[in-house]
Order: sequence, then structure tokens, then C-alpha cells
Amino acid sequence: MGGVTMAGKSYAVRVRSDRARLWATGRPPLVRLDIELTERCNNDCVHCNVNLPAGDRTARGREMTADVVGGILEEAAALGCLTVRFTGGEPLLREDFEDIYLRARKLGLKVLLFTNATLISPRLAGLMKRIPPLEPIEVSVYGTSEKSSGAVTRNPVAFEAARRGLALLVENGLPFVVKGALLPATRGEVEELEGLARRLAGADGTPSYSLLFDLRSRRDGAKNDLIRSLRIGPAEFLAISARGGPAVLEEWRALALEFSGACGDRLFDCLAAGGTGSVDAYGVFQCCLGLRHPETVCDLEGGSLREAMTVFLPKVRALRAADRGYLERCGRCPLKGLCHQCPAKSWAEHGTLDTPVEYFCGIAHAQAEAIGLLAAGEKAWGVRDWPARLERLASHKGSGPKTGRAAGKKADGGLSWKI
Amino acid sequence: MEDLIKRDAAYGPSGDIVAREIEGEVVIVPLASGVGDMEGELYTLNETGRAIWRKLDGTKKVREIAAELSEEFEAPPEVLEADVAGLLAELLKRKMVAEKE
Repeated sequence: MGGVTMAGKSYAVRVRSDRARLWATGRPPLVRLDIELTERCNNDCVHCNVNLPAGDRTARGREMTADVVGGILEEAAALGCLTVRFTGGEPLLREDFEDIYLRARKLGLKVLLFTNATLISPRLAGLMKRIPPLEPIEVSVYGTSEKSSGAVTRNPVAFEAARRGLALLVENGLPFVVKGALLPATRGEVEELEGLARRLAGADGTPSYSLLFDLRSRRDGAKNDLIRSLRIGPAEFLAISARGGPAVLEEWRALALEFSGACGDRLFDCLAAGGTGSVDAYGVFQCCLGLRHPETVCDLEGGSLREAMTVFLPKVRALRAADRGYLERCGRCPLKGLCHQCPAKSWAEHGTLDTPVEYFCGIAHAQAEAIGLLAAGEKAWGVRDWPARLERLASHKGSGPKTGRAAGKKADGGLSWKI
Repeated sequence: MEDLIKRDAAYGPSGDIVAREIEGEVVIVPLASGVGDMEGELYTLNETGRAIWRKLDGTKKVREIAAELSEEFEAPPEVLEADVAGLLAELLKRKMVAEKE
């Protein structure tokens, strides 16, 4: 032991678990677990791909009890999980949320809460002040006025309730992040939302915005026409992105360079790193919250989270694409860093794992054109001199925008878009 | 601060943290606010710290822990006593351990 004593040095090392490796060797089977506590929501946002009415008794009756959630949290902790993300629907609709929250924290899990802030009570804010979640709360703020908020959330009291909730977070010194969505009713409010985030003491940095919207993940299609009508085309995407300035083109270039290369028949590039899993409101394990294809989910009632992570998930990861159109296009397409095509998008749009989604394909090609990687109308999967193009792109890196001004960022499964 | 650690006292994890062993690492997760230096940070221990931590059961005195480690690792007890006190001082400052009756 003489060789390892550290007299005069620090024994305890501070670690930001999201920024640094905690483990000298290996990694636990599960690092982060997403739990959808309910699909119900007190808002009815026009673009939401999950929500059910708050009073949906059937959904409520099927939801996992707090004990079942607690059992899953215990399993997650035993698997080495560090962070649990509670999402929905609106997770605070659950009357037992405080019990679930405390259970997670007492197991040594950090809690990442996704909420619309409308149901944050003085009691809950006080609890989170005493027992902090250790992750900034992520608050969706869809509209900075009663009118725009009402148009998006279709809940006339959402604006005022969210304002009260945000005030409670500020009052209790709880860090949070503001997220917006660029919808017809809110596209003119970017500056207001940024101003709001700046004014609120606990808010961290610039808000992020959803810009490209997913279809319903349950494929309960009645609302899909509305979501489709809210989608912007490639030209408008570039125009809106232009607000972000040259930094965004740099970001697109970096993404295109870092994640270039066709994936052939491999479907699950996103799961290559592993370490994450999801559980829906009814106790069904999913690879990610957007992917509910029957081949990629398993009911935890008949098995354990460990089995799901270590036996089931590798089988899902090994699934291969078979669709001819996919193999001829996506399988040969090197725009991996820009395109949002993935099995979850294919599932929502087509009910399959491997069908090209034209919408995301169009957006990715527009981005590639904007950074000079593709000529107008050119299809990435048909390009023969790709290495030379990447080389040219790399030589442009840091030299400012080639065309226009655009902004955007591919993020964690969704379409988060940062101005 | 090390001098404030009583050699004849027993220390153990405080109720304001959750200590976990993950893949061989001891990870200290703050539970209550005001633990540690900044919100959102976890703590791991170096090799020496881990060996000491595993003996902090709230009943063993500092001297006893140092003596046990001295035998296990064939190192002088005074060196190990300084290490135990050093770790405890760091953790006490961050409210991660407490003196136990």
C-alpha cells in the first residue's frame, strides 16, 4: 500500500458524470434509463407525438404503479445506472411522483426531469431544493404569451401555470433548461424565449428548439395529418437555420465529417455505444422511447431489466435491414451525421424499421448542399468520389460559411435545434 | 483539517449521501443539498481512498482502520493513519462522512 498512498494529494475526485469517464476500465451495462411515467398530459400540444388526454382512464389504469417503477429503479441501480430520465406525457400528472422521485434519489440515481412546469407545486419545488435532482430540469415552454401558448398547448391555462412553475424553480434555486418548439404560433418568438431564459435566474444558457417533428410513436394516426401540416420543408429549414449564423454551418460540417460513412444493412448505429434503455408507461422495455416496433420491445413483467439490457438489446442491435429501397439509398448514404433516419423514424412513418423517410432525407440533403458537400439535386448515395469531397470539406473547416447562413444541431434522438 | 480527525473516533458515511460501487469504483452521490462542492457533481475515490472507504463502517476507529490496512498492505501504520485522516478530512469538509457514536 505504501506505493499507493497519496499523502498531500486528494483522495476524492470530483466528477461530472456527463463529461468524464467514471470508470477506469469497462462500463456498467446501463448508464442511463429513460422512464416514461405516463403518456397522459394536461396539455395537448399540436406537435406532440406521444400525449394522451390527462383524464384518459384506460391509460391511467394500465400505468406502472410506483412499486413497479421502484423495482425497475432498483434493478437499474444494481446495473450501475447513474441517471434516470422521467418523461411523459407529463410526469408530474402522477400523484405518486414524489415517491418515485425520492426512491430514485435514495438509490443514488440522478434524476433528469422533463416537464412542462405547469404542475410544479411549492411542495415539490421544496422537496427538490432539499434533495436536488442533480441534473437541470428540462422545461418545455411552448409560447411566451397566453395567445401563442394557448395555440400550441390547446390549454388556456397552460401559460399562467407554467409561469408559476418556473417562478417556483427560480425561487428555490433549482437549475433548469428551457426548450422551445418552432411552430407557426411561436416562430416569431425566438428572441422573447431567449429573453425569458436570460431573465430567469436558474435557467441555463440559450434555449434549444424542436424544429422537425416526429409522427406519433404509437402510430395512432388521427393526429399525424396535423403534425405533417406543421412540418417545414428543406428551404424553410435552411432559412430558419440561417438565424444561427456561420457557427451552424461549422457544426454541420463537423457532424458530416465525424459521422460519415454508409452503414450498409446495419440498422442500429445509434445503439452501438450501448448503455441506455427505456421503459414505457406500462412497463415495456424499449431501445429508445420513440421506437415501439413489436420486434424491438419486451415486457419487463416476464423478465428482468438485466435480461433486457444484456440479452434482448444485443439481439435488437443485431437486426439488419432488408428493404430494397433502404439498402439502395440509406444503406449506401454517407450523410449519417446530418440525417435523422433511424428505425424509430421509420417505425413512426411507415410501421417498419427500414423504410427511408423522405422528409428527413430531404432535410439532410439540403444541409449537405448548404455546406458544399453535394451539388443541387445530387443524391448522396450516388456520389462516387466521397473521400475527395470529405477532404475538400475538411479543408474548408473553420473558413466560414460556404453558402448562406444556417443553424442547426442534430441531437439525442429528437430534433433539437439550437440557435 | 486532518488534525481535527480524532484517531479514537469512528466515522461512517453520512445520511446525506448515497455511496455506490459500480464496476469497482466507489461513487459517492450527494443526496441532500449542500453536500460536496457544486451541485450535479459526483465523487469517486482513488485506490487508497477506496481501500479506506470500504472499512468506514461507523464502528471501527481511525487507528483500528489504519492498523488493519497496515497489515493488509505491509505499510507503516503512521503512514496509513495519515491517509485515513486525510480522506476523512476531505469527506468531512464535504459532509460526506460523519462521526459516529
